[in-house]
Amino acid sequence: MNIIMKDKIIGIVAKIMIDNIDTDQIIPTEFLKSIKKFGFGEFLFDGWRYQRDGDLDTPVKERGLQKDFILNQQPFDKAKILLVGDNFGCGSSREHAVWALRDFGIEAVISTSFGDIFYNNCFKNSVLAIKLQSKDITKIESFIKHDPHQIIVSLVDKTIMAGKESITFNVEDSLINRIIHNQDDIDITMKDAQRIKDFEANHLAVKPWL
Amino acid sequence: MNKTLYDKLWDMHAINPDDDAETLLYIDRHFLHEVTSPQAFEGIEKKGLAPWRLDANVATPDHNVSTQRGKNLDIHNSEHSLSKIQLIELDKNCKKFGVTQHDINSDKQGIVHVIGPELGLTLPGMTIVCGDSHTSTHGAFACLSMGIGTSEVEHVLATQTLRVRKLANMRISIVGAPKFWITPKDVILYIISKIGTAGGTGHAIEFAGDYIESLSMEGRMTICNMSIEAGAKVGLVAYDSVTESYIKERGNSQKLESSDAFDYWSQLHSDPHATFDKEIEIDISDLLPQVSWGTSPEMTIAFNGDIPKSSNSKKALSYMGLENEKNLLNIEFDKVFIGSCTNSRIEDLRAAAAAIKGRKKAASIKEVLIVPGSRSVQKQAEQEGLDIIFKEAGFSWRDPGCSMCLGMNEDKLAPYERCASTSNRNFEGRQGYLGRTHLVSPFVAGLVAIHGHLPSDLNEYNYER
Ligand code: SF4
Repeated sequence: MNIIMKDKIIGIVAKIMIDNIDTDQIIPTEFLKSIKKFGFGEFLFDGWRYQRDGDLDTPVKERGLQKDFILNQQPFDKAKILLVGDNFGCGSSREHAVWALRDFGIEAVISTSFGDIFYNNCFKNSVLAIKLQSKDITKIESFIKHDPHQIIVSLVDKTIMAGKESITFNVEDSLINRIIHNQDDIDITMKDAQRIKDFEANHLAVKPWL
Repeated sequence: MNKTLYDKLWDMHAINPDDDAETLLYIDRHFLHEVTSPQAFEGIEKKGLAPWRLDANVATPDHNVSTQRGKNLDIHNSEHSLSKIQLIELDKNCKKFGVTQHDINSDKQGIVHVIGPELGLTLPGMTIVCGDSHTSTHGAFACLSMGIGTSEVEHVLATQTLRVRKLANMRISIVGAPKFWITPKDVILYIISKIGTAGGTGHAIEFAGDYIESLSMEGRMTICNMSIEAGAKVGLVAYDSVTESYIKERGNSQKLESSDAFDYWSQLHSDPHATFDKEIEIDISDLLPQVSWGTSPEMTIAFNGDIPKSSNSKKALSYMGLENEKNLLNIEFDKVFIGSCTNSRIEDLRAAAAAIKGRKKAASIKEVLIVPGSRSVQKQAEQEGLDIIFKEAGFSWRDPGCSMCLGMNEDKLAPYERCASTSNRNFEGRQGYLGRTHLVSPFVAGLVAIHGHLPSDLNEYNYER
């Protein structure tokens, strides 16, 4: 019944080794005006990607690309994996940051650490957040210097294959299984509906002020 | 049994404590606003679900509202078409699902983290969530409160629970008697500059020590508010007599006193021998007012300190236009913003008013925005005559909302404009594309407003709190 929907990510790695990249950088506030859940890929790293600022109504073509930004360069404009500095995704809880990564085509983000809320948001949207020690980040960095700048991430084995190196990573099963089996949180929780009801009845009876 | 406050709150709400992977945590209060809720409402609707416990949810528009809207705004006629869509959507969703909304014209409207406590919706011992990272604010009331993403908003609406893993425990004890111009904002900025923006990642931070005990609820909220800037999605302060008086003053207490709520809450503190995974002590006896110089809240120094120059600070200094500055004393500001869920409560406005003491806005400052956190703060400030002090100084007295804390509504910085801001984030573009933000206390913001720059000597200000 637990069908494997996704077991591997094979793709080009784009490297942005800046520490403390916050969710306002991943997607600026202006684009949070959308009430949709899709269509944010064009605005990923908006402030770094274009020559001018914009809004949801301005076609990005009119804003000119910042040529020296990595995601504007081939082949990294097709990157599926981001290698980033420490404390990636700190700041605002906006899930739009993960939607922007996902819509751009990013399937995995690798860092030494992530903002707590961002980390959670990733797994709700099938974006794999991988925490590695800096020595392993260095290994990947040196490997992806060369064409085709590509690595293989096995979700089932929790390993990254970068050339001759094979790096294992740690992530809780309950999180990665959401991606592997494309599970929905609400469906999982609803199996415990009766338990929630029982808890609630007692909780509210003991604390009538709630 | 020696438990931390966080452990206690966790245990009181864990539905499946035996499960070691993920805990189902029961949620007592869920706040909603217009930016992170539309996709969640759409999600439950698609699944054919309704809110699990309707009266746990309370909504208000704040991020995207105009702060010059006056009293009876018809959102359908409001000017900005994109903002309008979110306001209408929130209104529609609340009506459709029956969620209580303090709408744009309500005298209870305000920034969600300001109205929760003042309306008695935030009570000690609760679990509180909201699709907003500054939900940590409510931890000042010994609540387990945290920001969540939109998928989790949907999950809470549908199931009244969160699937979470327990955080580690951290305690920051703040000791020493601060100088008279020091506000809670300076203290939390200083803490963040010491431990870094990832210093509390993976932890719930309990703030403790004599200083915290001496603070009002407003001050405690300012500190807990910015625990997220220290990396911690949960900030906490123990329940004590200050908490109790605040709640008793807010009405509602008849219902509370007839129950054993106050007795129950009196256990909401860490036990004397509870162990923390990380413990830090911060001495603030010699602390000077803090000002951020860069593009992350940890990039903060004393107002007269030297700007650190290193390869790591290069990018931030270039963004901030400070490559050639030794310190911040000579730089000219363009705008001042006093507001946000960090510093828009009545005490903050009083501090700003005290700093300006009947003087006028400096000619070089283009605009000073004073944005109360809620209609109720606005009303109280007007009763105290603070609005007159601000208006006479040439400041702009606004209607409540998030305003220039984030570049989402009309209140924004233009490119390269430099702002002294009482908000919580100085990220690139946070207050507007290429805008330059310096995080400060309301007191310092007031001084910048009247001088156009930071003061070089604080001793001339006899500021009484
Ligand atoms: S005031 Fe600023 S930080 Fe607070 S909720 Fe509004 S936008 Fe977020």
